[in-house]
Amino acid sequence: MSLVRRRPHFSTVMLIIGLLFLYLPMAVLVVYSFNSSRLVTVWAGFSTQWYSALFRDQQILSAVWTSLKIAFFAASMAVCLGTVAAFVMTRFGHFRGKTALSSMVTAPLVMPEVITGLSLLLLFVQMAQLTGWPADRGASTIWIAHTTFCSAYVAVVVAARLRELDSSIEEAAMDLGSPPLKTFFFVTLPIISPALAAGWLLAFTLSLDDLVIASFVSGPGANTLPMVVFSSVRMGVSPKINALATLIILTVSLATFLAWYFMRRSEAKRQQSLKQDAS
Amino acid sequence: MMLSHLTATLRRWQLGRRAVIAFPLVWLLLFFLLPFALVLKISLSQGAVAIPPYGPLVEYADQTLNIFLNLGNYLFLLSDSLYVAAYWGSVKTAFISTVVCLLIGYPMAYAMARAPARWQLLLLLLVMLPSWTSFLIRVYAWMGILSNSGLINNLLMGMGVIETPLRMMNTQFAVVIGIVYAYLPFMVLPLYAHLTRLDNSLLEAASDLGSRKLNTFIKVTLPLSMGGIIAGSMLVFIPAVGEFVIPELLGGPDTLMIGKVLWEEFFLNRDWPIASALAMVMLLLLLVPIVWFHRYQSRELEE
Repeated sequence: MSLVRRRPHFSTVMLIIGLLFLYLPMAVLVVYSFNSSRLVTVWAGFSTQWYSALFRDQQILSAVWTSLKIAFFAASMAVCLGTVAAFVMTRFGHFRGKTALSSMVTAPLVMPEVITGLSLLLLFVQMAQLTGWPADRGASTIWIAHTTFCSAYVAVVVAARLRELDSSIEEAAMDLGSPPLKTFFFVTLPIISPALAAGWLLAFTLSLDDLVIASFVSGPGANTLPMVVFSSVRMGVSPKINALATLIILTVSLATFLAWYFMRRSEAKRQQSLKQDAS
Repeated sequence: MMLSHLTATLRRWQLGRRAVIAFPLVWLLLFFLLPFALVLKISLSQGAVAIPPYGPLVEYADQTLNIFLNLGNYLFLLSDSLYVAAYWGSVKTAFISTVVCLLIGYPMAYAMARAPARWQLLLLLLVMLPSWTSFLIRVYAWMGILSNSGLINNLLMGMGVIETPLRMMNTQFAVVIGIVYAYLPFMVLPLYAHLTRLDNSLLEAASDLGSRKLNTFIKVTLPLSMGGIIAGSMLVFIPAVGEFVIPELLGGPDTLMIGKVLWEEFFLNRDWPIASALAMVMLLLLLVPIVWFHRYQSRELEE
């Protein structure tokens, strides 16, 4: 063993700097949420008053509820749409409209939000003129908009899983006389269910987080959480928003930690069973 | 009998197959593609004081069919230097941010791909975690850090490095920081995906043949991760061009960006035809990058 410590690799240093860059601003948010002063930049002692102020804010609370409802339904519908789209693209070979479908699945991933929001609003306005629906824009129009762009993300996640999945299991089931629909529900779906869960969670966070598209397609009735946060943040820094940010960061960190823990455990189990098979 | 039964089953499957294809296809045609046609339509209409605030394109009166195609909105965009400057400002800011993201993100992804296998999942989750919190709140965090009475100025003045606060908020600098901060995970993810797939034996072969590290990196690693570089760069550049939240919260009067101009035309001036024309021109500008991204992505999807 040499006594001289090896100089860390340049990329390792950059990784540490990059992670610090990602996490320090969030740490600052968390620390200042416990500040007793209204001025977010001056430390005046520890206090949890902004959390109680947050929980008394009816506007924020009702916006949280609206956002959670929309995100739940948008994510669920996006998983249905995205999974079917991914299945069709990876398993159906060639069909008419395949290029169109695959373009419409990848384009929303990069499409600037102002364009998507504006175009969907114009659609809803024209639909209302022609058919009378939607008479009022609100939660339902936001749900459609979110479902559409979230399904693209779900499709990408699920298609990645389907591609690495060995299709011989499905073929075996079909050879043994299982009809395609049954094969899909009883063979394919159980195997790709972790990808569906990941896609659902991704869609859920994307929907919860969206400000721009929701602002375009919403009506006067529905205010989502990002809309309320945005109008407050525009006025400047507010400690109540820091408290909200801390709760969001805490929730996401906890969920991520659980996901990591279970993924690691299942990986360890898999390794162990591989070892047992080998011996 | 057997045969007719079989063909009936096959026909039923064929019908089912079509229905399955139709479900996502029709939804996306209706809610993704059709809206763009409507944006094009409204961009060719005349602004009007009405609800909704634009005039009709086709009108039938006195036994004549009148079709109005108003190119005035597009000509107006060209004539007013504000819009040209906003497009240029957006492309410039997005380009600088993409390059900075790549310069930070590539070494990060490289280190992650080289890390011991049991660390990789944790590192990946650590990089992605911020993007699962809230975009808005992450941009907001920088308001408290960069403002005149913010954390950095407080620290520097407290240490006596500077007398008067540095003006960082509401500048181009703040917007670039905001975009890099918000989009960095989307740069790292595809780069990491490509770099982990890199076959180590190629690098060993290069070094066995006497290639030096830098040379191997430039001639082997870099070309093999090109797909990741393109995907990551497009995932940052294209949305950044149309970014609204970041220039609105961190930018100032000198940071003109097209997403913000479009937002203001739509929500403040209620000029839907101009906003639509702005969106069409932005789409045209981004068409080449979007097609590039799509070609890369569909290759990934079909392989």
